[in-house]
Amino acid sequence: MRKNVNNLPCLQWLQNERNLVTVIQDIPLWEVFIRPRNGLAHRHCGSLHATDAEMALQAARDVYTRRGEGLSVWVIPSAQIVASDPQDRDEMFDPSDDKIYRHPNFYNIPDDVGHM
Amino acid sequence: MQKPLFLALLQLADDHLILGHRLSEWCGHAPMLEEDLAMPNIALDLIGQARALYSYAGVVEEAGRDEDVLAFGRIEREYQNLLICELENGDFAQTMLRQFYFASFMLLFWERAQVSSDTTVAAIAAKAVKEAKYHRRHCGEWVIRLGDGTEESALRMQAACAFLEPYLGEFFYVDGVALEMAENSTLPDLLSLRGAWLADVSEVFGAAQISPPNLSHAHKGGRQGRHTECMGHLLAQLQYMQRSFPNMTW
Repeated sequence: MRKNVNNLPCLQWLQNERNLVTVIQDIPLWEVFIRPRNGLAHRHCGSLHATDAEMALQAARDVYTRRGEGLSVWVIPSAQIVASDPQDRDEMFDPSDDKIYRHPNFYNIPDDVGHM
Repeated sequence: MQKPLFLALLQLADDHLILGHRLSEWCGHAPMLEEDLAMPNIALDLIGQARALYSYAGVVEEAGRDEDVLAFGRIEREYQNLLICELENGDFAQTMLRQFYFASFMLLFWERAQVSSDTTVAAIAAKAVKEAKYHRRHCGEWVIRLGDGTEESALRMQAACAFLEPYLGEFFYVDGVALEMAENSTLPDLLSLRGAWLADVSEVFGAAQISPPNLSHAHKGGRQGRHTECMGHLLAQLQYMQRSFPNMTW
């Protein structure tokens, strides 16, 4: 598989007094989602920097599954996530505050049904 | 005269302990946080494999030496690791290339060792093969990205390739111990791994845009306990606690 790795801005090398180190800049941010067990959903667990999808997946494994946390990992470029604007919070979320009838609190559940 | 199986296990264990120790030197110094976890993860896998091998070597030897005594209680000439394992890390490119070479080799080695005539060796191999597979994948991807990255990273990967080249042939050095282990199907025949290893290296080097290494000249001596200048310094750090406080535990 051919990797599109030319002209990565991240691998600019500089020399400091101790050693030659890579200087990290402009490496994309990725969001990491882990599924702990079969039957559960992937849950957001954090973020990391990586140059591309394969390295992001490996970094997610190395950073977030060291103690047996996962059976499956998703990584998604943070830039691809569309988020609501905090300034829009009132118009986005307040209108649902007074619609208590949307909660399933007003049904009588027959005892036979048991715990739902 | 020590048992060939003991010596073979000791050689393998020394490879893993010494390389694992070297790699652990990056802990806290990696070029990025993610790699600062990835490299010690690999180092811990290698040291875990070394522990299993030393423990079994101690059982085989029947001289009462446990994993700690074998790992920390010998002098330099008694270590029989490959020279490539003890070399200093160099820069990140050199570190990653060495790890890739070793992981690629050990992946092939453990794959075949899973069907060892020795059930303990087979069990150690079954666990190690999964770890080596990830090491090979992770380090291989870095070799590709550095070799085919920027002008500077490509130069560094080429320099690493030239520096490590004379240490590669020792992977396939067959002494009496290796011969006997292959004959009784305890461990893989090293020479039979050479073609597959070169093919794996060539595939990654192709993607990395670097020329495959030339194995015609090989330094030897590690398996006889003749080490490079780096080894004494490494052991001074590795053994410090046990030498200062013999049999200490924590």
